[in-house]
Amino acid sequence: MSKVRVLVGTRKGAFILESDGKRDKWEVSGPHFAGWEIYHLKGSPADPNRLYASQTSGWFGQIIQRSDDGGKTWHQPGTPNGEPTTTPDGMPKGESNKFVYDTTPETGKPLSTHQWYDGTQHPWEFKRVWHLEPSLTDPDTVYAGVEDAAIFRSADGAKTWHELAGLRGHGTGPQWQPGAGGMCLHTILLDPSNPGRIFIAISAAGAFRSDDGGKTWKPINRGLISQYIPDPKAEIGHCVHRIALHPSRPNTLFMQKHWDVMRSDDAGDNWHEVSGNLPTDFGFVIDVHAHEPETIYVVPIKSDSEHFPLEGKLRVYRSRTGGNEWEALTKGLPQRHCYVNVLREAMAVDSLEPCGIYFGTTGGQVYCSADAGDTWAPIVEHLPAVLSVEVQTLA
Amino acid sequence: MIRIVLPYHLRKLAGVDGEVLLDVEGPVTQGLVLDALEGRYPVLRGTIRDHVTRERRPFLRFFACQQDLTHEPPDAPLPDAVATGAEPFLVVGAIAGG
Repeated sequence: MSKVRVLVGTRKGAFILESDGKRDKWEVSGPHFAGWEIYHLKGSPADPNRLYASQTSGWFGQIIQRSDDGGKTWHQPGTPNGEPTTTPDGMPKGESNKFVYDTTPETGKPLSTHQWYDGTQHPWEFKRVWHLEPSLTDPDTVYAGVEDAAIFRSADGAKTWHELAGLRGHGTGPQWQPGAGGMCLHTILLDPSNPGRIFIAISAAGAFRSDDGGKTWKPINRGLISQYIPDPKAEIGHCVHRIALHPSRPNTLFMQKHWDVMRSDDAGDNWHEVSGNLPTDFGFVIDVHAHEPETIYVVPIKSDSEHFPLEGKLRVYRSRTGGNEWEALTKGLPQRHCYVNVLREAMAVDSLEPCGIYFGTTGGQVYCSADAGDTWAPIVEHLPAVLSVEVQTLA
Repeated sequence: MIRIVLPYHLRKLAGVDGEVLLDVEGPVTQGLVLDALEGRYPVLRGTIRDHVTRERRPFLRFFACQQDLTHEPPDAPLPDAVATGAEPFLVVGAIAGG
């Protein structure tokens, strides 16, 4: 029988929730890396037992953890304790937490500046990994989206990382600016039909696409309108919160922006709004049903100043028409006194039938719907604030 | 033998209980002590000092012998009591928040 494994990153550690295909009884393990912020965990599509985790701390910096047994045990890829940290010819070995912007003449770009909150220029500084995206085909290849915004790639199971500097250095960097959570690259989507195509999103710069495996990039923000920047239709500066796609239709992208739910049918070249009848189109998460490419989910949040559900009612909204026409999904969700948030990494879907939808809240609940959103039940209710939710469907 | 006391999370990362004991060749300075620590425990590279600049991470402090050595130059000798192992060299997470 099929199983699901839910990977939950929280402010105080990681948790792994497992169930059979019925998704009504759960085993919970954790906290893993107790006391650390776990921004994201994700499993390799090519080897479900290979998991990567981003473990961070304001005190001790960035750590990358890896599991090769589905989360039972973890280790930091790199030089084991007690072994030399340099090669025989004296060169330092890379370590799994060494994220250094590439400024080399051969492959890098000069370390430049970006906009600070007050519009002045501020130097690029690495702070943390927000998102880990394993390759669709190779368990040892994984991408990392970091703050200050850049994308890194590892081809050796996260032992060493190399920046794909064409993004940071493509030319508009001085116009990028941090969102409230920092200037983070939080979304990486790999196109299953085109190995060279990668989509990313940055708060607050916007969405970008590479068609050559990450070497060169272009902004894909035409159609976005943001009132909080001097030119609301500017090429750069939009606070994109999340992008999602369905693997069978990778040219169709859905976006939850700071305000507005958007859609593109040409791989991001042009966007149009599909907020329709949503009660508010501010929010963070967006995801697509595993079997229905036109069925999408969002969790509307009251506003950019009030990060909680409207009227204290936690409601997922579903559109079966690819946007514009939305229905509220409330069965099993709190409909009074609920003032949690659902952060951008905190929604995922499984690929069982019927499709399972999952999301986590800043109040520490992780909800599951085993019937595509019709009804919901909490898996856990008292975790630390949930930063990310990913789901693996296991044979 | 130099004695080093690490904060909880770094002890967990390095897989050590209690104090770390290290031999340091040459003059006992903060920089050489941290070099030796990272040499023994590569997983600690980047957690106390920046990988490239080798500068202390902002929220960490260095104490020994009831003194704050945080802002001492990396090549300044540590107190004799640290060099002889009579007193430990403390790596401390700065207090920030409740």
